[in-house]
Amino acid sequence: MLRFSLRRRQSGFQRLASCGGSSLRPTYVAQTTGTGHRQRCVSTTSGGHGATAKSPDLLYQSTSDVIEYDVVVIGGGHAGCEACSAAARAGASAVLVTQRVDTIGEMSCNPSFGGIGKGVLVREVDAMDGLCGRMADLGGVQFRILNRSKGPAVHGPRAQVDRVIYKRNMLQTLQTYAGLDIKAGSVADILLDRSTELDEQALKRLASQDSTLATSSATVVGVRLESGEIIRARKVVITTGTFLGGEIHIGLKAFSSGRKGEAASIGLSKSLKDAGFRLGRMKTGTPPRLDGLTIDYSRMPKQLGDMPVSPFSFIHDSVPHANDQVVCYQTHTTPAVHDMIRANFDQSIHIRETIRGPRYCPSLESKVKRFSEKESHLIWLEPEGLPEHTSTVYPNGISNTMPEDIQQKFLRMIPGLENVVMTQPGYGVEYDHVDPRELKRTLETKRVTGLYMAGQINGTTGYEEAAAQGLLAGANAGLAAVHSKGECESQEAPQLTLDRSDGYLGVLIDDLITRGVNEPYRVFTARSEYRLSSRANNADLRLTRRAAALGLVRDSARLARLDTVEADMAHAQ
Amino acid sequence: MVPQDTRKKGIRPRHAHVGKIVHPQDAENVLDTGVNLWFPGPQSFTGEDMLEFHVHGGNAVVSSILNALSTVPGVRMAEAGEFSRRAFDNDKMDLTTLEGVSDLINAETEAQRKLAVRQAHGELFRMYEGWRVKMVQLRAQIEAYIDFSEDENIEDGVYTQVCLEAKKLADAIRAHLNDKRQGEILRNGVALSIVGPPNSGKSTLLNKLAQRQVAIVSPIAGTTRDIVETTLDIGGYPLVVRDTAGLRKASSDVIEMEGIRRAVEAAQEADIRICMVDAQQALDCTNKPSDSFLQNAEWQALLDLPHTFVVLSKIDTLKSTDGIQAAAQAWAQSQRINNRIVPISCANMFGWESLMQLLADDIRTAWGTSIAQQMPLTKTRHRQHLQQCLEHLDSFESIGEDMVVLGAEELRGASRALGRITGKVGIEDVLDALFSEFCIGK
Repeated sequence: MLRFSLRRRQSGFQRLASCGGSSLRPTYVAQTTGTGHRQRCVSTTSGGHGATAKSPDLLYQSTSDVIEYDVVVIGGGHAGCEACSAAARAGASAVLVTQRVDTIGEMSCNPSFGGIGKGVLVREVDAMDGLCGRMADLGGVQFRILNRSKGPAVHGPRAQVDRVIYKRNMLQTLQTYAGLDIKAGSVADILLDRSTELDEQALKRLASQDSTLATSSATVVGVRLESGEIIRARKVVITTGTFLGGEIHIGLKAFSSGRKGEAASIGLSKSLKDAGFRLGRMKTGTPPRLDGLTIDYSRMPKQLGDMPVSPFSFIHDSVPHANDQVVCYQTHTTPAVHDMIRANFDQSIHIRETIRGPRYCPSLESKVKRFSEKESHLIWLEPEGLPEHTSTVYPNGISNTMPEDIQQKFLRMIPGLENVVMTQPGYGVEYDHVDPRELKRTLETKRVTGLYMAGQINGTTGYEEAAAQGLLAGANAGLAAVHSKGECESQEAPQLTLDRSDGYLGVLIDDLITRGVNEPYRVFTARSEYRLSSRANNADLRLTRRAAALGLVRDSARLARLDTVEADMAHAQ
Repeated sequence: MVPQDTRKKGIRPRHAHVGKIVHPQDAENVLDTGVNLWFPGPQSFTGEDMLEFHVHGGNAVVSSILNALSTVPGVRMAEAGEFSRRAFDNDKMDLTTLEGVSDLINAETEAQRKLAVRQAHGELFRMYEGWRVKMVQLRAQIEAYIDFSEDENIEDGVYTQVCLEAKKLADAIRAHLNDKRQGEILRNGVALSIVGPPNSGKSTLLNKLAQRQVAIVSPIAGTTRDIVETTLDIGGYPLVVRDTAGLRKASSDVIEMEGIRRAVEAAQEADIRICMVDAQQALDCTNKPSDSFLQNAEWQALLDLPHTFVVLSKIDTLKSTDGIQAAAQAWAQSQRINNRIVPISCANMFGWESLMQLLADDIRTAWGTSIAQQMPLTKTRHRQHLQQCLEHLDSFESIGEDMVVLGAEELRGASRALGRITGKVGIEDVLDALFSEFCIGK
């Protein structure tokens, strides 16, 4: 155990909590080192399987280990990608910290973007110059507009997306994004500044404030990585997805992990709890993956993509793979499958109802249990990408946490899958999330100034919900950071706030911060009373100029297109 | 405020404790001895923890206790209706039940009381709630159809089913609205208007009605509110006599056509009308100055309305009252009047009982409710919301499946209108219903 003696700064600089059980207790100072260096994908330690322990001997070596940015984004999932790029667009210097660079933009579950309601979110993100719409277009291998016959208010653009292409494009975009750096690392702690010295009692009282009434008692000043490095920042955005206290369940096995093969984030969870954030625990799941070459499609109904294709992005006229779209197939479970699952309910942790389950049926076990009279459930077989990249198929509709051998058995009872080989078993993930009533409409937390949260950590589910929140949180963090560097201290920082009438993102945020969540929150058109006016086809008219007014639209082509559209509309009237 | 103390002293919830009530700051100061009850929430009137002190009702006792309470930090006087408000906020009561309680407090007649009791006990709430739940189910089905039918297999025929059920609901609401305003009339009182040519004795009748509170069946007396409006209790039903023609103000009756027209107009809006004619002028005289009045078209129109009675007044001025009924009938025939005729005298109260009985019977037949019958509408507010709901449901019916999203908007409007009656509206109910009925995956 090392000891340090360090200079104490006036305002004190406290760690949120110690992590990993070490008894070290220095109160240390970070000295400003001038501007942070511009690094590209500097990789340090951490990552890998299992919970990582802190290495005390690397705790704090020298001032050159401290780098500085306006905005730090933690987590490179869909929320994180949008957050870091939005912060950069806002004019801030931003860094994306991720455990593994090769998992940036990873689609954990369904290899698709969009859907009914969700598709509108993707368009809204794109309208504000976000990334996922464009990336989905570039990597999309089958495009459909759902609900075509039901009218434009509920059209849901959707695309199957090739995982490899998506990640490659996303990574490349972020690597070349002006104002943005990427750093591999695992965040162990969030560093706070409390302006008055608070004693134990006061801290306890602050921590006990209810979510809705919480007030700010600290300001964020940076993060500390597992490696010991410190990144100073004006604003921090947490977009860790399902990694917070994540635990994976397969059958009766449970182990700490955020996604298969990746470490969970333990320290951060404890840090947030100690700061008084109200956490909840949720579960989600993913189905097994299948080797498409072992599937017999001959008797299955097909689903083809649309021709011509409607891209997600308002600045795309077409998509690269319009002419080689993949085909999806339909099959279903059978009573025999249900019987096998019923016989093995005791082998599945997810059936245990102590963790809040959603009202909908997240898993095959719950479908079989709650709707036992249904003789079969629909399964969509979705290719995970172009044939040259992968033959893996994603069976949509059979998420489960049965033991591996049971999974392999019941899969073979499904029509067309008699000889299927399972390449990866389905599994469940339990994770911590923060009560979203802890947040303001800007997605900044009430308890800690400068700390923002976006994505599944707020209790939502879905890439689209995460991306949309990420864009808003990152934009606001960036705008606030830039403002704080400027002259006008007294004025409020410009922020992007949306209300329900602005679109689904407005509805999403309003629902989260006013009602909280009892189950993973996903967007449907039914949630929006403004459904008729918040459509997929008018997201640009609703939001692009709003974003542009805050400086959040980098692509001038986008604005030019909008000008044309608006001129055409005016002309037509 | 109180919990810690009571638990220490072992006070049992919902048990009456007889004991001394002492000042919180001064244990020697005994304020009163009373019956005290402790209701820990949520099983209490408001759903929150509640404490009730039942004390001797003298002014000084009550003041001293209130003053003592005000010395406890965090205690304040409730605003008007605040307890009920909290009960509502905590879902212990809904708006219709609250209104029932208010009506109960304000009831002046037995029939009003009976109606109010039913409402205060949630009878109306259960009916409206039943409709609202039905509406939620319909919405859930439509929303499932819109949001999930492409991905999951929502059963066929969902839309047709919704249309059928919506029509049934609309019919039920329409039937409820077509109740001839029974409940509202009962609650607000049956409006009686007295019209007639000058000097026919209207003001006398009015004054008599006001002074003599007559109850036929029920021993409960009516009340006199003010000079302009009088409520009578007739057989338990409230009768409100309005000074529609401004009779009490003018000492001489108004003769101009305008005056008649106005009086007739007011009478048309009333529920019951008494058309008065001086008996002597009708039966005895050969020169009939009242005839011109009777030939007036508006007067005739009034007589054609239902619930209109003709009263021959001042029969004490006739030469004789033998065969008065026959004479009255003959006169009516000659005037081609088909309404019931009642000869009366305010001086000697001849015919008075008949008149009261006639009114009571008429009210009971037209607007009386029996316990077995479905609870009628009581407030205009309910009527308005129900009408709005019906408009939306009718719109929904006319919208086809190809415009299902617009149809869903109409259903949303309908359920919002219904929800305003009881105070319960929300998308979460719809989602609850949706997910419990349809197997929707992740």
